[in-house]
Amino acid sequence: MPFELFVALRFLREGRTQTTLLLAGASVGVAVIVFLSALIDGLQVSLVARTLGSQPHIIVRAPDEAARTLTDSPESLVQVVRPAQRLRSVDQWQQVRGLLERTPGVEAVSPVVAGPGFASRGAASRAVAIRGVEPEPFSRVIDVPSRLVAGTWRLRGAEAVIGQELAKELGLELGDKLRLSAAEGRADTFLITGIFDLGNKDVNERWVLVPVRAAQTLLDLTGGVSSLELKITDLFGAQELAAELERRTGLVAESWMALNAQLLTALRSQSSSRYMIQFFVIVAVALGIASVLVVSVVQKSREIGILKAMGTPTSKVMRVFLIQGAVVGGVGSVAGSALGSGLALFFTGLMRNPDGSPLFPITLEPRLFLTAAGVAFVTGLVAAVVPARRASRLDPAVVIRNE
Amino acid sequence: MHVIEAQGLWKTYGKGETEVVALRDVSLRVSRGEVAALLGPSGSGKSSLLTTLGLLQFPDRGSVRIGELEAVIEGRLRVDAARVRRERIGFVFQKANLIPFLNALDNVLVAFEINNRGGREARQRAAALLDYLGLADRLAHMPDELSGGQQQRVAIARALAMEPPVILADEPTAALDGRRSRDVMQLFRRVAHERGTAVVIVTHDHRTLDAFDTVHEMEDGVLRTTPHPSAAPAH
Repeated sequence: MPFELFVALRFLREGRTQTTLLLAGASVGVAVIVFLSALIDGLQVSLVARTLGSQPHIIVRAPDEAARTLTDSPESLVQVVRPAQRLRSVDQWQQVRGLLERTPGVEAVSPVVAGPGFASRGAASRAVAIRGVEPEPFSRVIDVPSRLVAGTWRLRGAEAVIGQELAKELGLELGDKLRLSAAEGRADTFLITGIFDLGNKDVNERWVLVPVRAAQTLLDLTGGVSSLELKITDLFGAQELAAELERRTGLVAESWMALNAQLLTALRSQSSSRYMIQFFVIVAVALGIASVLVVSVVQKSREIGILKAMGTPTSKVMRVFLIQGAVVGGVGSVAGSALGSGLALFFTGLMRNPDGSPLFPITLEPRLFLTAAGVAFVTGLVAAVVPARRASRLDPAVVIRNE
Repeated sequence: MHVIEAQGLWKTYGKGETEVVALRDVSLRVSRGEVAALLGPSGSGKSSLLTTLGLLQFPDRGSVRIGELEAVIEGRLRVDAARVRRERIGFVFQKANLIPFLNALDNVLVAFEINNRGGREARQRAAALLDYLGLADRLAHMPDELSGGQQQRVAIARALAMEPPVILADEPTAALDGRRSRDVMQLFRRVAHERGTAVVIVTHDHRTLDAFDTVHEMEDGVLRTTPHPSAAPAH
């Protein structure tokens, strides 16, 4: 065992009370970081998952129709009349789909024909969003099959899958008939084959999923699709990927981040608060380690003086205290990770939703522990710099004379 | 050739009214195998001379040579003091100054470790040294389990570990009774004569003067050499 490590461990063993305090401080600090990170990461993942449970990560659609002037003459008096936006198909959508599917980072692409309409049953009628989808690709973008509360995920001919709120409002059950009318007056009747709950009341109230071909007929978009909806690998890289897709396709690509700016702001604020809290915890732990080690230098000045008088190099004396800081950080990170994980699991088990799922889902990933361990180790090391310098500057002649 | 030689040492502490001259043109030579005593009242400059010889502090003027190494020339340090201390000088301080949480063997091993020469061989040599000093059955004892005399023997073993040409001891018998003091001084004498080590010992203890080859007396920072121990004045 290297001499510095040997002496550092003996110093730590000798000052048991101080070592216990040091380890307790470091462990609590790491535990707070682990607990807080696990909780906030879990909450964010849960929040994003809930939000994106009924949303694609990126929507690619045709650009809005823009007003165009008919003359280039600067002297002309021009009145701009902004056109009303009508439902338009994505040009060459099959080719665009292929291009999107080949783009790295894109997991699934689903063509969608979406437009407004009315759903009615008997005298009851509701404004709805008609969404023509291909069941298999759409289920890879938005996992409807796992969220069916009744029926099956099947869309053939004149079949429809609706949300549970709409079913309740119109008194619909599986096997019932639903009449869908588009704004242009086209209408058709659909058989209810499934009822879903996507965790969003508005979506459950408004979405009516029908086969692509039926939606194309209803919305007068024969052969076309209004958008291509994507699922991607890196959720938080959606903005950059959308920009790249816009550049490559010339179409409009909107990421979930752009469509949920408020949620994103909230997540960022939450992350900022977490980093602030972690920063202050780290500072507090560092100050605690430094102050206890400084006291230790004073208490061990006799031993340090003897070692220096015997010719121990200054660098070795410094390393003795740096190692103490590193050992405290290292052991504190292991104990703190265990404590933080325990706390997080206890907290999760304590508060549950009525359906039994945790109210505060937590995420305990190896990355979190590695980060916490790294932070604790470096904090311990940095915190020990001042005590180490102080120890290295002790004058052995003075120490020995005062003994 | 002298193993340790100091020439024209001056050392002053403080300034103005608080100025104290600890060493006034002090010169000292100690040969191989010689045991030299530094006598003198408190504040006479004995410890200042010892720490200057041991490169724990440096003179304002004067030179110190250890073996063939010109360590201090005209008050300026010319060597890595820590390296010279760990390789060429063995220290024995007042009250033993052992590291309290290391046993006797580990206290001696420290001297090997700081020279990056730890390991099994060092352990065997440390044990052999303690055996040589009569502590073979005390290797695993902690300092507080040893008597004052035994603690000083461990300190001497530690000082001898790197086989230095010089041992400097600051009142090593201050905390010991008469018999143990004589034992320790005889031990220094034996080490010096058997190993050829030059030993300089600061002491107040006139009962042990017969153990020294030379006696130097200090007063107000001035060193006076008495050629024969038996002729040294009593205080």
